[in-house]
Amino acid sequence: MPLAKLQFDTTKCAACEAVSCLVGCQYMDFRDTDEAKKEWQKVIDNQDSTVLRSCTTCYACEEYCPFGNHPFYLIVERQEEKGILPAPRPIITMWINQCQPVGKFIVGKVEERALSYCFLPHLYALVKGKLFDGIAWSGIFGQEFFCNAVYLHYARASIIKDRLPMVVENIKNQGIKELVCLHDECYGTFTSLASAYGIDVPFRPVHYYEYLCDRLRELKDVIKPLNIRAAYQRNCSARLCPQTDHYVDDIFGLLGVERIKRRYDQENALCCAEVFRMAKGPAFADDVQRRNLEDMVEYGAEYCVFNCPACWDALADKASDRGIEPIHMIDLCKLAIGEEQGLRLSESGAEV
Amino acid sequence: MATTGTVYDALVAIVGKDFVSDRKEERYFYARDGGLMPPHEPDFVVLPRTREHVQEIVKLANREKVPVVPQGAGLALTGLVIPQRGGIVLDMKRMDSILEVNEKARYVIVEAGVTHGALKNHLQKHHPQLRHSIPDSPPTATIAANAVIHGQGRLSQQHGFNSDMVSGLEVVLPTGELCRIGSCSVSPYWFSKGPPLPDLSGLFLGWFGTTGIITRLGLKLYPCKKMRDVMLALTDRAELVPEIMLRLSHTELVEDVVAAAQPLPLRFRDTFWIMAYITGDTQEELEFKRKAVWDALWDLFESRDVGFLSLPPAMKGPLLSMPSKDTTRFADVSKGGGFQYAGPIAPIEKFPLFVSKLEEVATRHKLFYSSTSRLIGAGHCMMFSFSFSFNRANPDEMARAKTALDECSKFALEEGGVLWKADIDEQKLLMDKMDPNTLALMKKIRKLLDPNGIMNPGNWEIG
Repeated sequence: MPLAKLQFDTTKCAACEAVSCLVGCQYMDFRDTDEAKKEWQKVIDNQDSTVLRSCTTCYACEEYCPFGNHPFYLIVERQEEKGILPAPRPIITMWINQCQPVGKFIVGKVEERALSYCFLPHLYALVKGKLFDGIAWSGIFGQEFFCNAVYLHYARASIIKDRLPMVVENIKNQGIKELVCLHDECYGTFTSLASAYGIDVPFRPVHYYEYLCDRLRELKDVIKPLNIRAAYQRNCSARLCPQTDHYVDDIFGLLGVERIKRRYDQENALCCAEVFRMAKGPAFADDVQRRNLEDMVEYGAEYCVFNCPACWDALADKASDRGIEPIHMIDLCKLAIGEEQGLRLSESGAEV
Repeated sequence: MATTGTVYDALVAIVGKDFVSDRKEERYFYARDGGLMPPHEPDFVVLPRTREHVQEIVKLANREKVPVVPQGAGLALTGLVIPQRGGIVLDMKRMDSILEVNEKARYVIVEAGVTHGALKNHLQKHHPQLRHSIPDSPPTATIAANAVIHGQGRLSQQHGFNSDMVSGLEVVLPTGELCRIGSCSVSPYWFSKGPPLPDLSGLFLGWFGTTGIITRLGLKLYPCKKMRDVMLALTDRAELVPEIMLRLSHTELVEDVVAAAQPLPLRFRDTFWIMAYITGDTQEELEFKRKAVWDALWDLFESRDVGFLSLPPAMKGPLLSMPSKDTTRFADVSKGGGFQYAGPIAPIEKFPLFVSKLEEVATRHKLFYSSTSRLIGAGHCMMFSFSFSFNRANPDEMARAKTALDECSKFALEEGGVLWKADIDEQKLLMDKMDPNTLALMKKIRKLLDPNGIMNPGNWEIG
């Protein structure tokens, strides 16, 4: 079966004056629109461009493009075509091997509405208690259900195109009509990546924030407002589904949490930067993390709320070192209804 | 073979009836280890509590011409404590006292049955500023036995074999005399196993209990920093691994360097994982060392041949645990609990060749394999493990594993490696290749020390 093809409309870019995809980039310096336009045209024309080598794979240009024309997916395609490695080759090989489907997966008592645990064991620690009454065991986990969006970081669109149709088929074959994605990378894949490659998704992806909002409304009588100030750590895949960002405000509103207005939130969010460390080295990654965390401190965050477990792994300890309490969004909800946190720093502590 | 009531009664008279057995179940258990060497039962199992017990037992064994095989936890996997000619297995576990920690001279004196796990706990509780080189065997491995087989551990990159860290010995000779080796022979302090005296520790270390029984051992301790971290470098080019290891060693800031190669779990496939362990008393110190490690490999990172994997806590924890639990996990990969490795000590330049041989042999014999290589000294050599797991309930698989191990051992020897904790078959290979005058010297030493040939016969047996 031929691989899916990226649906990219060059005429949209031709008509674009702002070149927001590059000018808005936090990590490339394209203040000059003309220069950005020139470089972007090189990318479109499949010529070598500094963009292909400088890209940090933060996904943000997917959000910046006002036409939904998938500039980031095009960059990934071009990197792969030209053999440009955004990360060292063995790291890419490790990722490709680690997530390949080999028939080892976990399927719970799956019903038409199910939870996707992606390929992230953290999520088992999180999915407990009243928030997930009646659905926790209707879950799928493993490489067979892994969204594969991570290969956007590694210039391997071909892996996504190869594996994603099988993943979608595997989910469909479980009889799932509505899939609550506990990792928003899965949600971004099913709502953005799949459609960009013309891959049909025969079930309704639900962002877990939407699910949490609904559950919190049902549980409103047991919510005790937290009255805290929190920084929100946006993750890379949130750029694939920016339409879900309002749920952060909705959930915070229901819990009595103030989302602090800071420099690096919303469109200007900084990544957790661990992918940067593997791709560009420690100096760059440390600088991004430092700026991000100092920003949280400067704007008075008491908590740092995480969406993605990988961001948690990257930043939770470092936030804690600066006196900011790290917490996953699901745990924040649990805190407000008097339940115990699932992800804790002590659990991840190593023997010293 | 002496199986008379006289010997049994004499042993009971020495250690008490609760600590002697000639019962079938004990003889069955002490006849084997976790590896592939065929079992052979002892006639008696004895657990001494004191060095005087050991002396009396050895004197008895000489009178009765009964073999004596001293045993720690029996974890060598190469059958070194399988009593090849029966006799008495001397299980040293009851001699488990930690006698002294000298904080200022940084050594500990332990009885021969003290385990690495017990010493680790003791130091963490009472002397948290000190540590010892913990091997990646189960924590029940004894310090004395590990030294006798020239084990390696978490500090071997900096300080050599664990036996290099011995700072004194007390030994019961094969004729029953108690003998002190090193500074403790002339001083109350156990700070050196040899220098400035003639280093007699070499008469006992590496001899697998054929020249005497260690009853007490001094072991060097080292500073224990408040924090540890591990950095994980990956490459897909085997030929780069020796260079990476050398560069890491060159920083003089890394305490341990280990390279892993295995096809499963899938994340390991097609790449080589090199773990670099660093320590620090402050975050700043750790950060300085992290940077030094990155800098050491920066050009290889830029060429995209080497990458560093950011480790989530779930991965970092197991890598930092001492001992590593990965070895025991691997031991049950094939289910049925069988695991053995040939672990030649070899120049690190042999890594690519050995990995290639391991893959070839494993494929040909349809076995699951893994390899863990530890840098010893500042790049002076490595222990490279050709590891195979097998199901103990599958005789065919066990036979294939044994053949594969023999092939790997021979190959390593031909390539200039020296077999580590060699089983009796490998000892023969080594002795066949050894300089004849060296062999003759070993024979003279054994004959001189053990005139009745009672000590762990079958091992280092020179014809």
